[in-house]
Amino acid sequence: MNSYNEKVMDHFKNPRNVGSMDDADGIGEVGNISCGDIMRIYIKVDGEERIADIKFQTFGCGAAIATSSMVTEMAKGKTLDEALVMNNKDVASSLEGLPPVKMHCSNLAADALHAAIKNYREQKLGHKDISDAAEAHTH
Amino acid sequence: MRRVYLDHAATTPVHPEVIAAMLPHFHNSFGNPSSIHSFGRESRQAVDEARELVAKILGATAREIVFTSGGTEADNLAIQGVALAKKGQGRHIITSQIEHHAVLDACKYLETQGFAVTYLPVNAEGQVQIADVLAAIRPDTILITIMHANNETGALQPIREIGRLAKEHKITFHTDAVQAVGSIPVNVDDLGVDLLSLSAHKFYGPKGIGVLYIRNGTKLKPLYHGGGQERKLRPGTENHVGVIGLAKALELATTEMDTKQAKIKALRDKLMGGLLAIPEVKLNGHPEERLPGNVNVSIRYVEGESLILSLDMQGVAVSSGSACTSGSLDPSHVLLAMGLSHGEAHGSLRLTLGQDNTEEDVDYVLGILPPIVLRLRQMSPLYHKR
Ligand SMILES: Cc1ncc(COP(=O)(O)O)c(C=O)c1O
Repeated sequence: MNSYNEKVMDHFKNPRNVGSMDDADGIGEVGNISCGDIMRIYIKVDGEERIADIKFQTFGCGAAIATSSMVTEMAKGKTLDEALVMNNKDVASSLEGLPPVKMHCSNLAADALHAAIKNYREQKLGHKDISDAAEAHTH
Repeated sequence: MRRVYLDHAATTPVHPEVIAAMLPHFHNSFGNPSSIHSFGRESRQAVDEARELVAKILGATAREIVFTSGGTEADNLAIQGVALAKKGQGRHIITSQIEHHAVLDACKYLETQGFAVTYLPVNAEGQVQIADVLAAIRPDTILITIMHANNETGALQPIREIGRLAKEHKITFHTDAVQAVGSIPVNVDDLGVDLLSLSAHKFYGPKGIGVLYIRNGTKLKPLYHGGGQERKLRPGTENHVGVIGLAKALELATTEMDTKQAKIKALRDKLMGGLLAIPEVKLNGHPEERLPGNVNVSIRYVEGESLILSLDMQGVAVSSGSACTSGSLDPSHVLLAMGLSHGEAHGSLRLTLGQDNTEEDVDYVLGILPPIVLRLRQMSPLYHKR
């Protein structure tokens, strides 16, 4: 854990887009308390299906916070389809790498983003209520 | 930037007087203690004196002291050594769920070799209950191994009572006193132990040197074979520089121990009070029956590694029982055994004070921690859900 690179530490120290969103169009949450990482992502989607705004809240280690911050930066302005192509590995690469032990357990931020997009689309189809999202844990 | 070291349970700096005692033995009195010439005799004499000193401090005799490469080896020699020597009599071992991995993993290894092990639970304060020990004893129990003080919570275990029980039932009794020695008085007769492990780097001595105390008459087989050193129980050319350092460190740590530890405890109590004043912070371990330098708390809604990193950025060194810091996917087995939830264990913080800490150190930590906790809580989805 003492081998985070500068970029990871920068995102840990100055995380981008922290917070919640009262009027989110989609909310996604992954992780669970037993493994020690929980990430929640809120998205606001515009008329062209672009991510107009994005926020995160994370309980977890340095890598969990840094990947959450990074994924919000990467996703902002992307269309939903573009955002769905990004995966956890891409997030880690944009951070110029994570310690090997962190690749598995704390590198879930793209999954949280995908869950938020899924939640948005399901609501649009009228399948689900936004308040269900936080309960829709994967893992 | 101010640097504050609050991780003395992990290791301690070597005391300058210890270094001074060791230095000449690297190059002046460097002889092999087994050699019969004057170089060898000098080293032998230094090792003998060190052994006498250690024995005297522990209330033992010199031939009951075996030097090892540290706590891990002492624990393994005790546990596996007794198992090897007594397997004809029985194959049952009693230990606890909160032992250090040096003990737990040695026991787990023995399970693969046909031994049965009972891992006793602990109460919410992290202490083994004497009734549980009694209930676990079987006719084929050959060894009880319970630590003196826990490395995470500092919780003191009822060693004297277990010692009496073990004696009554004629069962060999080992205690891992790695965390206790140097912080609280340790006397082998008073505790009633047959075997006791200690490690120099926990009390301002060098790393890589420890002791297994072996009461006269205790049956034990060596784990490896070679020369005749350490009564053949731990063969190999003596680390005489380490031995000299260990003895000096033990002497220093046990001189005016009460005064030194009272000072550490006063700082610890101030630190503990300040931490517990932060909302939703709870103490782990027993409020009184714990090592004088130990505080362990769970800070709700935040994760331990993030806390460590944030404190480290401001010069403060501590540790945590979160999974991220244990190197496994699970948080501390000690905290889970005490009944803490995963969330509480992930949010645990251990701060262990030492001789060089000052009131300013404590004030500094109490000044920087609340904003760190607040910042991480504001980032945490759990905090908002509550
Ligand atoms: C309780 C306990 N037992 C054993 C050990 C292992 O000692 P060493 O590091 O000398 O091998 C430690 C130290 O990490 C400890 O705290």
